[in-house]
Amino acid sequence: MARTGRTGSLMLAFALALAALSICNAAPIFRPVSDSHRSAALELFSLVDGSFARLEEAYEALRTFEILGVEKKGDVSAATCPSVASVLGSSSAPKELFYALKVNSILKCNVDDASFEVVASRLKTVVSDASSLLDFYYSISGLVLIKDQASGVEVLLGDAEGTFQSIKALSQSDGRWRFSSSNPESSAYAAGLALEALAGVISLASSEINQSMIRTVKNDIVKLFDSIEKYDDGTFYFDEKVVDAREHRGPLSVTSSVIQGLTAFASVTSESITLPEDRILGLAKFFLGIGIPGDAKDLFNQISSLACLENNRVSIPLILSLPSTVLSLTKKDPLKVKVNTVLGSNSPPLKVKLLRAFSSVSRDVPAIESQELKYDPESTFHSLILPEAVDVGRYIFVFELALQDSEDGKTYATGGQTQMPIFITGVMKIVNAAIAVLDSDLGTVDTQKSLNLDRENDVSLSANHLQKLRLSFKLSTPRGHPYKPHQAFLKLKHETKVEHVFVLGISGKQFELVLDFLGLVEKFFYLSGRFDLQLTVGDAAMENSFLLPIGHIELDLPEAPEKAPRPPLQPADLSSRYGPKAEIVHVFRTPDKRPPKELSLSFLGLSLLPFLGFLVGLLCLGVNLKNFPSSVLPATFAMLFHGGIAAVLLLYVLFWLKLDLFTTLKALGFLGAFLVFVGHRTLSYLASTSAKLKSA
Amino acid sequence: MARSTGDDAQALFHSLRSAYAATPKNLKIIDLYVAFAVFTALIQVVYMALVGSFPFNSFLSGFLSCIGTAVLAVCLRIQVNKENKEFKDLPPERAFADFVLCNLVLHLVIMNFLG
Repeated sequence: MARTGRTGSLMLAFALALAALSICNAAPIFRPVSDSHRSAALELFSLVDGSFARLEEAYEALRTFEILGVEKKGDVSAATCPSVASVLGSSSAPKELFYALKVNSILKCNVDDASFEVVASRLKTVVSDASSLLDFYYSISGLVLIKDQASGVEVLLGDAEGTFQSIKALSQSDGRWRFSSSNPESSAYAAGLALEALAGVISLASSEINQSMIRTVKNDIVKLFDSIEKYDDGTFYFDEKVVDAREHRGPLSVTSSVIQGLTAFASVTSESITLPEDRILGLAKFFLGIGIPGDAKDLFNQISSLACLENNRVSIPLILSLPSTVLSLTKKDPLKVKVNTVLGSNSPPLKVKLLRAFSSVSRDVPAIESQELKYDPESTFHSLILPEAVDVGRYIFVFELALQDSEDGKTYATGGQTQMPIFITGVMKIVNAAIAVLDSDLGTVDTQKSLNLDRENDVSLSANHLQKLRLSFKLSTPRGHPYKPHQAFLKLKHETKVEHVFVLGISGKQFELVLDFLGLVEKFFYLSGRFDLQLTVGDAAMENSFLLPIGHIELDLPEAPEKAPRPPLQPADLSSRYGPKAEIVHVFRTPDKRPPKELSLSFLGLSLLPFLGFLVGLLCLGVNLKNFPSSVLPATFAMLFHGGIAAVLLLYVLFWLKLDLFTTLKALGFLGAFLVFVGHRTLSYLASTSAKLKSA
Repeated sequence: MARSTGDDAQALFHSLRSAYAATPKNLKIIDLYVAFAVFTALIQVVYMALVGSFPFNSFLSGFLSCIGTAVLAVCLRIQVNKENKEFKDLPPERAFADFVLCNLVLHLVIMNFLG
């Protein structure tokens, strides 16, 4: 019995969690284009030296500014028109011509008809020779732009049906297109380009195109929309199935391309294309759900797609948005709703109905039912004053739009029922707040103090471990109903900064916490002394949430036994841990004692004495230089020999004083070689002399 | 008895002296050189005994240079001595060249070790 009860409560908790999650996910807010988009556009599209780096970027920037109605600083025409003229004048690629013509359509530079003629004939050649989708797209779109800019130039296609067929030949069965017949990958981005190109062909056709061909394209569009993807919040988007490693196009650029193609095609066909209403609305929400993109290209894709959706012939999405989703009962805020098109323009005349509003707590019983919002023409808001019975909390409001003109139903997409999360806040009433110390078993009150929870209190209590602490108060909503706030804690903080937090229990409107110190002695680590009390009551719906110190309590707990747990270490004072440490004084090894200078110098002199003795001894022995060669050449060699030895000894002295081993060895190598040669000559001469003497 | 020992010692000393006087001059020069080297070594040892061996490498290099050069001189003396039958065919100039070369190498190493 107990086990099933537990699983039952587990299931209930799980279901509630899922419900809460679904409430969170199912109802985000989409807001139409606003001034934040305009300021983002000014920031993202930056000029380098007064002009744009490439015509493609120039076109993106200018088109975004044109749609948003932003005034560009500086004279962009003067900087950009020369590059437009140069591109149109020279034989550039179709892509370059396309962007130059796009920029010209916005800036209206003075390009003469002769240049247009040349470009038009060039583009017509490209159309007739083209085989890849991009060639078709750039050339046909270029011709359409010339048609708008220069009315006198001949742009109509001779073989429109042939071109139509060639483009159609690249389509796939799932509604996507290939980029060329050699490339097997199909892409939704290519589908968008193809639809735009086909729309161009239809507008440039000199004779009517076969309706059956147009109908097959419409079927392709329907098939393409079958492959649309969606997120949980009701947004729809297109993405590529196969990710192209070379040029990754995200869902934003792919969806943007499809929208442009679809709206372009819809604008040139006489019959309408029927697509499910929620798809178009979902696509609009996809673009609005991005918010403000951080990248210039993303912003351009977003704004140009929204401009296509703003007045298209399939269906125009209408966006319901709220300036504020938090309403205060104290300030008596009315519920305000705005309905706009995606670029923020006014909607056609319609009524906004609040079908029902239910709170997250009780989903079955709606708090509000079937109310109609009043429209204020000056502020263009639809508003409703909340009924008296509505209480604080989180709600889901379900709206429905009703167009006043039934004809508008075909043109506009309202999206049926829209869910919005609304938060209603108010001031909670807290009364009968009291704190008391009770004697344990009997429950008799030892001391009782009442609290005023509007401001800080400084209650002083004392208790020992045999007593209990009771804190109680009553909390109710502005309408008088019980409410369980998100947070209701009492914190006890000891002098040593050890903290304990307790959650207050609730029954109806009454909050109560009873701390039995007998059971808590071990939890408190046997720390006696002064504990500061702090009460926290808070909730998102509560406008007067508070965190107040309410006083202190002197607790007398028994002594800790030996095996009791120690209180956790408190974090050390940051400045002592991370502050500068004491200066380290290095203790050097005491240098060895050196002898006094005089002693050393005297011994230096003493060690020279044997040398002097040696010289004196030599004189005593009667050394002579008789054997020194007398003739010139041997004498020279002998001198060089002695000089060489002296040089080596000098080198050694230099080595000791300042040279390093390698320099010394290098020098020694030269000197040694010299010395060997000279020595050999001298000594062999001496040997030969003594040999002659001996033989003689 | 003591007198005889003293007389014997004196007689021995005189005979040694007279024998030594007969040695050729070049050998005496070499002997003088050896004595000079050994005395220098002794003075360095006395100095080290007085002040301690702190830069030990310096003491070693000085001491060993003296001893090394003394040893080389002794070798030279052996090779140059005409009474030495073993080195009869070795010209003294060659021995002297060896002596010079070995001394130069010794002193290179000593200078490196002197620090």
